[in-house]
Amino acid sequence: MSVIHDPLSEDAAARIVLSAAAAGSPLQIRGGGTRTLAQAGGRDILSSANLSGIVAYNPAEMTMTAKAGTPLEDITAALARHRQMLAFEPLDLRPALGTGGIPTIGGVFATNASGPRRFVAGAARDSLLGVRFVNGAGGIVKAGGRVMKNVTGLDLSKLLAGSRGTLAFLTEVTFRLLPVPEDAATIVVSGLNDAEAAAAMATAMSMTVEVSGAAHLPESVRGRILGGRLPDGAATVLRLEGLAASVSARAGKLSSVMAPFGAVSMLDAGATAQLWREIRDVQPYADGTARPLWRVSVAPTVGHQLVAALRLETGVDAYYDWQGGLVWLRMEADPEAELVRRYIKALGGGHATLLRASAAAMAATPVLQPQAEAIEALTARIKEKFDPAGLFPAGR
Amino acid sequence: MEQIGFLPPRAAVLSRRREIVADLADLLPEGCLVHEPRELVPFETDAFVSYRRVPLAVALPETTAQVAAVMKYCHRYAIPVVPRGAGTSLSGGAIPQEDAVVLGLSKMSRILDVDYANRSATVQAGVTNLAISDAVSADGYFYAPDPSSQLACTIGGNIGMNSGGAHCLKYGVTTNNLLGVKLVLVDGTVVELGGKALDAPGLDLLGLVCGSEGQLGIVTEATVRLIAKPEGARPVLFGFDSSEEAGACVADIIAAGIIPVAIEFMDRPAITICEAFAGAGYPSDVEALLIVEVEGSEAEMDDMLHAIIDIARRHGVKVVKESQSATQAALIWKGRKSAFGATGRIADYICMDGTVPLSQLPNVLRGTAEIVERHGLRVANVFHAGDGNMHPLILFNANDPEDAARAEEAGNEILKLCVDAGGCLTGEHGVGIEKRDLMRHQYAEADLAQQMAVRAAFDPQWILNPSKVFPLEGRPAA
Repeated sequence: MSVIHDPLSEDAAARIVLSAAAAGSPLQIRGGGTRTLAQAGGRDILSSANLSGIVAYNPAEMTMTAKAGTPLEDITAALARHRQMLAFEPLDLRPALGTGGIPTIGGVFATNASGPRRFVAGAARDSLLGVRFVNGAGGIVKAGGRVMKNVTGLDLSKLLAGSRGTLAFLTEVTFRLLPVPEDAATIVVSGLNDAEAAAAMATAMSMTVEVSGAAHLPESVRGRILGGRLPDGAATVLRLEGLAASVSARAGKLSSVMAPFGAVSMLDAGATAQLWREIRDVQPYADGTARPLWRVSVAPTVGHQLVAALRLETGVDAYYDWQGGLVWLRMEADPEAELVRRYIKALGGGHATLLRASAAAMAATPVLQPQAEAIEALTARIKEKFDPAGLFPAGR
Repeated sequence: MEQIGFLPPRAAVLSRRREIVADLADLLPEGCLVHEPRELVPFETDAFVSYRRVPLAVALPETTAQVAAVMKYCHRYAIPVVPRGAGTSLSGGAIPQEDAVVLGLSKMSRILDVDYANRSATVQAGVTNLAISDAVSADGYFYAPDPSSQLACTIGGNIGMNSGGAHCLKYGVTTNNLLGVKLVLVDGTVVELGGKALDAPGLDLLGLVCGSEGQLGIVTEATVRLIAKPEGARPVLFGFDSSEEAGACVADIIAAGIIPVAIEFMDRPAITICEAFAGAGYPSDVEALLIVEVEGSEAEMDDMLHAIIDIARRHGVKVVKESQSATQAALIWKGRKSAFGATGRIADYICMDGTVPLSQLPNVLRGTAEIVERHGLRVANVFHAGDGNMHPLILFNANDPEDAARAEEAGNEILKLCVDAGGCLTGEHGVGIEKRDLMRHQYAEADLAQQMAVRAAFDPQWILNPSKVFPLEGRPAA
């Protein structure tokens, strides 16, 4: 039976790590417990649940410092009061994974969880300015700071972002913010096949209209978004945000350039918010099943080629975000890890993470993308520098 | 004031100089190795000219394979290696040492691939920053980070220092615009980090390498983000009677949710120097000048400027001057971007690079003035106000050793002031040797130890740019 440690302070966390190191008993780090990847597997759990609260927030500086266990909801509520937001739109995978738990800001950064705006505004790691953490030797360390520009020493914050609890226990994060855009709209181009959509999205991104979301929802997915309210046929959706007058001027410009591709319609700010939230949270595959779900990252023009190649060999459904570079793949039966990764490699590289599958398939599949030998070796050496006793899990 | 120290040269390396030169000559094509004492002189320093060390040799490889061969050799014999782009570092990042092989990337200056559909370009590390934008400009794209030295500095150097520039307020710094690199590890192994796909698997090694000042490996190629050029851009000058008013105006612009592309600040001495050099039309009777640039369509720019001008008026702006033409806009930027060069014409200077939280700008400006005055020196302030990245230029006479020592002392005090105000030692120039011995002012022992441990995971022998970034005392044993 695993024990759950939920220290009330950073110092207490350090003491827990020290005694775990002394006892040689490994620890699983847990934020809000929203991911299947964070299941303990018999280890004792080190939870940030009690390290909660906003430490500093000065809206005029567009930065916030919060303890790692602060619920994301508390952060977004505080930001909303000052019409600010996280630029990278952290995603919430609970509906798709069928998990519970409460997303925390530390978990968001530890998984580098980034949504639709990521392809123009950067990922969570790009917003992260500084961290505090307890390493595997029980040492309390700070890295980075709270200013927008900082190149003082090695950027360990980047290393911690997306490290999935393999290096250290995050206790505090400082991140930059953006103003909430005054207005938003979505241009919908209907009836494009995947390849046509890729061309349309590339054209939109070559324009000076500052598209902040570019996704393609094939016909198989369209009905599962916005309660089926999108026009018939596949939907290629392009988001515009900013001052109201500017959004409407840019919408006009974008519509006229998109018209030759297919029928163009427009969604208002309310529908836009819901649409991109559903795209972000993988709503189309929040289907209550354990059918294998992959998150695939490739070059934007490659996404549709990958899916086309896979379709010839196996049952697969997919939709695209990030101009086609983020592919959400749902397999009919087997995860087909070898097949998926072979085609990704053949098409110029990228990576695939298996987020959901039956327990047996999850256990039998390398859920994270295997890397080049030299990089795996380097990763192991770095991990050793944070966690010399190997207290925290490696890999998943 | 003591001179900044370098590691003592490794006797085992110095004594084998002749042999090392001969071996390197075998690894490189003809014309790619510099070793005659007279020819080594141009490599003895960078833009932090107060320190000079003549290196053992300079390798100028033409391919990644040659870089790998040189690294493998130097690793085998524990010979220090100092990477060099264009040598424009303001913090001494490229200054060599007597026992080091300088690895210059200047011959690797080809643009390998431009891919508009994926909004990326892949270039060799020796390509200059501006050459990337120049290559894609006709097709309506640009590469966003724009350090003032962009005409000369290389993308490899930019990655080494995680360089910024005036337009980073909107577009971010190098790390936010870097998609991938080809990296030669210390033992000559070549790895690829990132690429055209976003978010590589595993640890964010790309993010760690960016800004690592040549301590983790040698970047030979980079894939960078291209962005569609905005329809138009318009800088506007705002003159204020005091730095405080200008600083408060900046804070209010940001607080209002308006993010211009750039907000640059100059104080009176800087205005005078730049105006004399560039004839940019800066007002001469104000204490502080803001250059605020917005971009977009004509209508969008009008909208944003209208809002910004309203805010400026609330802060008692004295002069508002919109650029009326592309020529005028270019002149306004020429004045700002030549600030360092123009200052260099009237005096020697050292340029600080601390960053502070926006709310601390007025305090730190005041504190800077006090420090400099106490040392009997002059200062000109020109900096990126939107992100709090300050650049006080401390003017002194390099021919007077006491004056130079005072300038260095004042600089150190200013940087400590920045850290104490909640900021950091360097926002975009890097630590180099210049700020190395101040690192303990910003970081606790445990913080530095963690960084040095990670560094050692890449380079256990500490041969990569070894005298830089980390204080010489207290390093882990090799």
